[in-house]
Amino acid sequence: MELMSLTALELGKKIKGGEVTAIDAVRDALSAIEAKEETLHSYITVDREGALKKAEKTQRGIEAGELTGPLAGVPAAVKDNICTEGLRTTCASKILCNFVPTYTAEAVLNLEKAGVVVLGKTNMDEFAMGSTTETSAFGLTRNPWNPEHVPGGSSGGSCGAVAAGECSFALGSDTGGSIRQPSAFCGVTGLKPTYGTVSRYGLIAYGSSLDQIGPVARDVADCAAILETIASYDRKDSTSVNRAGVSLWGEEGSSGGTGADGYDFTSALTEDVKGLRVGIPRDYLGEGLDKEVERAVFKAAKLLENRGALVETFDLSLVSYAIPAYYVIASAEASSNLARFDGVKYGYRAEEYEGLHNMYKKSRSQGFGPEVKRRIMLGSFVLSSGYYDAYYLKALKTKALIKKAFDRAFAAYDVILAPAAPTTAPRIGESLTDPLKMYLGDIYTISVNLAGLPGISVPCGLDSRGLPIGLQILGDCFQEKKMLRAAYALEKAQAAEGETADAQLENSISPDKPRKDFRMQSSRKCFQYMGLGRRDAVLE
Amino acid sequence: MSKQYETVIGLEVHVELATKTKIFCGCSTAFGGEPNAHTCPVCTGMPGSLPVLNKKVVEYAVAVGLATNCEITRFCKFDRKNYFYPDNPQNYQISQLYLPICRNGGIEIETVAGKKTVGIHEIHMEEDAGKLVHDEWDDCSLVDYNRSGVPLIEIVSEPDMRSAEEVIAYLDKLRLIIQYLGASDCKLQEGSMRADVNLSVREAGAEKFGTRTEMKNLNSFKAIARAIEGERARQIELLEEGKAVVQETRRWDDNKEYSYAMRSKEDAQDYRYFPEPDLPPVVIGEEWLAKIKSRQPELRTEKLARYKKEFDIPEYDARILTESKHMADLFEAATAVCGKPKKVSNWLMVETMRLLKEAEMEPEDISFSPENLAKLISLTDAGTINSTVAKEVFEHIFREDTDPEKYVEEKGLKTVHDEGALRTVIQKVMEENPQSVEDYRNGKEKALGFLVGQTMKAMKGKANPGLVNQILREALKA
Repeated sequence: MELMSLTALELGKKIKGGEVTAIDAVRDALSAIEAKEETLHSYITVDREGALKKAEKTQRGIEAGELTGPLAGVPAAVKDNICTEGLRTTCASKILCNFVPTYTAEAVLNLEKAGVVVLGKTNMDEFAMGSTTETSAFGLTRNPWNPEHVPGGSSGGSCGAVAAGECSFALGSDTGGSIRQPSAFCGVTGLKPTYGTVSRYGLIAYGSSLDQIGPVARDVADCAAILETIASYDRKDSTSVNRAGVSLWGEEGSSGGTGADGYDFTSALTEDVKGLRVGIPRDYLGEGLDKEVERAVFKAAKLLENRGALVETFDLSLVSYAIPAYYVIASAEASSNLARFDGVKYGYRAEEYEGLHNMYKKSRSQGFGPEVKRRIMLGSFVLSSGYYDAYYLKALKTKALIKKAFDRAFAAYDVILAPAAPTTAPRIGESLTDPLKMYLGDIYTISVNLAGLPGISVPCGLDSRGLPIGLQILGDCFQEKKMLRAAYALEKAQAAEGETADAQLENSISPDKPRKDFRMQSSRKCFQYMGLGRRDAVLE
Repeated sequence: MSKQYETVIGLEVHVELATKTKIFCGCSTAFGGEPNAHTCPVCTGMPGSLPVLNKKVVEYAVAVGLATNCEITRFCKFDRKNYFYPDNPQNYQISQLYLPICRNGGIEIETVAGKKTVGIHEIHMEEDAGKLVHDEWDDCSLVDYNRSGVPLIEIVSEPDMRSAEEVIAYLDKLRLIIQYLGASDCKLQEGSMRADVNLSVREAGAEKFGTRTEMKNLNSFKAIARAIEGERARQIELLEEGKAVVQETRRWDDNKEYSYAMRSKEDAQDYRYFPEPDLPPVVIGEEWLAKIKSRQPELRTEKLARYKKEFDIPEYDARILTESKHMADLFEAATAVCGKPKKVSNWLMVETMRLLKEAEMEPEDISFSPENLAKLISLTDAGTINSTVAKEVFEHIFREDTDPEKYVEEKGLKTVHDEGALRTVIQKVMEENPQSVEDYRNGKEKALGFLVGQTMKAMKGKANPGLVNQILREALKA
């Protein structure tokens, strides 16, 4: 389990240096899974044999000098809505309980090319619809920090697995905050790239115009390195953007956009934030925002300011329109995207039925859970003849206005700093009783998807209950590098601060109460503390 | 029937485009093949798969739009049409509703009633569905996705047609335009061109349209004409009886010559159209459009005018020749070799059409080479073979694309020009037919024909008929 406390880059370095092998790394990950899964349930499917076999092959590749990348031999988990050839991919839904894809998603192929070993598929809210990982048909995932709490969602399995050391890093997907919010709840670092940066080919669609795959990791450097690996211009995804700046059909007309800024995300990992303009939206503060979260965000802002960043608050506007616009657009797309799950070609089919329409009805009624049904119905309604203009079209216009509001903001600021969620992780069962309240919890994350922007969630402390607090740093489209630079500088500042705090902590901690007063310094530190206390929590 | 009624018809024509690969994936569009042989995750609607637009589809659609005088939508989008059916693997069809690629066009048609323009409301691009197979199993149906994702364009006309003749003229013109563009082979029987007929009737002089019905399953021009007559009569009968026409979709049964209601407007589906989020808008830039324009081939109307001028052939000939692009190409190629446009035209219009009819073939099915036809014309012109032999040789060219020079050589079909030999044969024919000789000498001119025929027969058709005539007359005078 030792190796799983390292960052992915540290582990990659050790493997490359011959200190340990890819097989050692996978074994460590598997034994962590063995020890913790019964409680946490971060995974839906663990591919023990496949991972070990792959690790052996990878190790040979490393030794032969064929695999030289920084992540070669590192074991990772993949969210269960990302297709993996021959490895069951369920979207945490009964309707895909037996679905084994015939192909592998482009992002995973990119990982495999870099020598990353896939351990298995992580739990999530059914079809990524939810903010708690409680809507999974395979049972909920628990937060490693406190199993009475949810890990957030929908990438709760990926974030929980990273936090608990059940993998070195994971892939998640983010449609309305599904990487950033659970990363915050689990005290890990998660990045949602600019729309079009990572191929969606093989990502089972929820809201096609909003979905992006992104990394969940131990720190900012890992996130940058993983993004560098998975990002690519993919001709199989028409919404994929060639960040090297060439369009799909060359000079002859266009289909798809172009963006500059390249793919060398790790080049942005410098601590220099002097003169970096940081804006905090006033609209995100105040009502609904937990005071402890607010304090933690401002404390982080102060750390950046101390390093020369220019921090101020501003009015972003339109924030209250983001949630209705998001739920209209995402549900509309989902109602159509999920139509293919009908029992005809793959997946679950009702056992007894009479005729085609009855088969459709029964398979879908039995195969989908309540939250998915709710969104399919909502989406079908807003697209219905006579309602389209009032709902869907209006939501699209709102989306455009929100993008404009961000354009104005990014004319004044290099990055935006904001809380990732209004609170820390709620207790299990708390959210599902009131879906509307759960939807409102997405308030800080969803506008980012509507505007197509990149965002990174970085841990920034613990609340009084010992649960992690996360903040987000948002960049303008294709400005991941500025965002990464700010996040990296913040992380370094937290670590520097933490070193003094660590010393204080060491003096104050008594051996019989290891977790009580602990304060978090960085996501990595956080993980180490958590690893220390986890067993007790499980035994309780 | 006391009142006069006017029929109002608009058409929705689906045309399968002649691309090598499907509209949103790289699978082959080839006909046939084992069920589901030409499929991939995209055209079987596998989770996580995404569509990528085939550029050639856009170019064909634009080409058809330009040829039908449409405005090209320079910023066009795809939309999803949502409905559940197993032949449609995603349970939505990617089509175009809000911004179709071509709009506001029209083509001129000509019938006995005269010339008129039929407006084209729009042309949009979409994907075809798969095929359900019900027959061989009792308890289930199977689905074949080989056709799923084959590119289609749908050409929606304005309700500008008033009779079956106009509809046929419109369809024929469309077919020719699209065939000339090479965008499709437009075969109704094989389904690469499909027409749905929207029809209503109203009292002559009325301004408002009547309630329309939509008729499907029309797979030949004849069936379309019959369906129009049938539906017109049905609707008039309803109105005469004081009943209302119900807006509905009807299926034509050409064997029974009757249509059946499939579904009425009340249970019409709400397709919940919305912009396809997986495909970015298609932007057709100035340069690209210019390129497509520059590649537009000569269409029938232009070709017709050119033939009359350049080859000095009659309007009638030019019309028949340009009725099929393949025939026109053959005409031009053969003329280029032998330089005898009228003779090429005659062979194509007379003998070729006759043989096509005999074999129940279409002009598109002609398989002989223009070189062989040109050679045949040269052989005849040079007097190497006579016209009777030429017809015989042509049948071989038509069937097997035979090289006429070799064939004539091998079979010894060259015309005999040797006067001595001919005189001997004629002498013999006269001796064997004294009665005819006498008849001729008594002024029966007809008897000469008989004697020429007998001589040709004796020469196995290879004699020069002019020469036979001349020598025979001399001999009879003696």
